[in-house]
Amino acid sequence: MSEKLIEFRNVTYIYETDEEDEAPSVPALDGVNLTVSKGEFLCVLGHNGSGKSTLAKMCNAILEPTDGEVIVAGMSTKEEENGDLIRRKVGMVFQNPDNQIVATIVEDDVAFGPENLGVEPSEIRRRVDEALKAVNMYDLRLRQPHNLSGGQKQRVAIAGVLAMQTEVIVLDEPTAMLDPVGRQEVLSTIHKLNKELGITVIMVTHFMEEAVDADRVIVMNAGRIVLDGTPREVFSNTAAVKSCGLDVPQSTELCSRLGVKRTVLTAQEAVEEIIKLCGGVV
Amino acid sequence: MISEITIGQYYTGDSLLHRMDPRMKFDLTFLLVVFVFACKSFFSLALVAMFTLVAILFSSVPLKMILRSIKPIVIIILFTAVLNIIYTTGGETYFKWRSIEITEKGINTAIFMAVRIILLVVISSLLTYTTTPTSLTDAIERLLSPLSVFHIKVHTLAMMMTLALRFIPTLIEEIDRIMNAQKARGAELETGGLIARSKALVPVFIPLMVSSFRRAYELAFAMTCRCYTGGEGRTRMKQMKLRARDFLALFTVIAVIAGIFVLNHFFEAVI
Repeated sequence: MSEKLIEFRNVTYIYETDEEDEAPSVPALDGVNLTVSKGEFLCVLGHNGSGKSTLAKMCNAILEPTDGEVIVAGMSTKEEENGDLIRRKVGMVFQNPDNQIVATIVEDDVAFGPENLGVEPSEIRRRVDEALKAVNMYDLRLRQPHNLSGGQKQRVAIAGVLAMQTEVIVLDEPTAMLDPVGRQEVLSTIHKLNKELGITVIMVTHFMEEAVDADRVIVMNAGRIVLDGTPREVFSNTAAVKSCGLDVPQSTELCSRLGVKRTVLTAQEAVEEIIKLCGGVV
Repeated sequence: MISEITIGQYYTGDSLLHRMDPRMKFDLTFLLVVFVFACKSFFSLALVAMFTLVAILFSSVPLKMILRSIKPIVIIILFTAVLNIIYTTGGETYFKWRSIEITEKGINTAIFMAVRIILLVVISSLLTYTTTPTSLTDAIERLLSPLSVFHIKVHTLAMMMTLALRFIPTLIEEIDRIMNAQKARGAELETGGLIARSKALVPVFIPLMVSSFRRAYELAFAMTCRCYTGGEGRTRMKQMKLRARDFLALFTVIAVIAGIFVLNHFFEAVI
């Protein structure tokens, strides 16, 4: 877990505004330093406008820093010719599954990425089948995307990135438009890819519960990283999290109000602590 | 409701016709459609009809689906038939009233034209029933690829077609949603005259336009992320390969076309 994959060096980004817009533009990112190691599961939290999506889009050279540098696998995103090479390493999944599916058949869509890379047809077939199996969509490979549920569509999008065999998957609020079932499907898929295939995951979200299982959580506010650590470290600092306009997970909140010393993350842990509080009698 | 339409009316199956190379299917459909017009006698037309029936049997598409494809054009068929009966004269006269004359030739022509239109529709819908829109655009891309000599970007055109097909159901859903939202705010979309109704659609189409642009922007983003840089250096997962069955189909169609001319020669022309 020590190999550096993505490195932000003092990155600032300012969105270009209309000229008549006289208000001075606020930087979306303001001097961000961040290192993501190989195999890591990183969760980026923040309320709307905190710069978390901008951060995600910087990871694969879709946006170039106004100031500072983003280095992906040794390549700077500032160099024009690196763009394509970087996007071969870092795949991206967006919030709205409808706007990222290109083909009218599931398997054709998954094949889109490798086709663009010029992979051999038989190899594309193999990768597509493998990717669809990994996200548990193989049985639906001949379906039309508009007949799928949101969670299924989002898993197709993930398979599309997998088939490109990128080292990193960046997910920009992948569950924001999904129902609870779809959200669970997508989350467990992402975790499986991280654990079983060793793919580095950077997931932007504003659901605290989704950050609980990450290796590392960063909290962003006004374009800066304010908290950085394991979920337990971050959520133990309830006051700091709340000052960024976010909440800690419900279980954490409950237990801290009950006066439990340990930082509780999951419902299961909360149950254990509450049983302890009741003196072991339920 | 409207979101239930199927695009390109593809019928999922794994028949001989489904497995044929889409390029060959496209070419053969084109040939047949052209040569239906070469039929001059009932016998040559019957030959094409027989061939079409056999093709339907081989396609595993239920007859009901085929009939459904004819339904929208029934009025056109009846209309042309009536016109033909009235305006074509010749041969024995069966019925005469003022200037309207129904003759043997008129009836023959009417039947002939009706069968011809039905055949045209059935043959071409057989293509869309057994070929996915994706492989159809793929086939068109490959068949048109010689045009790139004239600097026509065939790949870009095909990609645009694929994306258009892909987004039809999405946009239909969107229209549905916007219409409901406007109705909830008291918009009257289903009452009033033609002008009032068209005016009422403006607040539906403006949001639709705006959201389409937003979608296009996001899609372009997503395609860039998946390393799309145009047609150059791209490979395809689904290779198209002509197999024995494609050549078999080709020879059958050539035989049918030859048959059309032989029968035209030996039997009396209807038109």
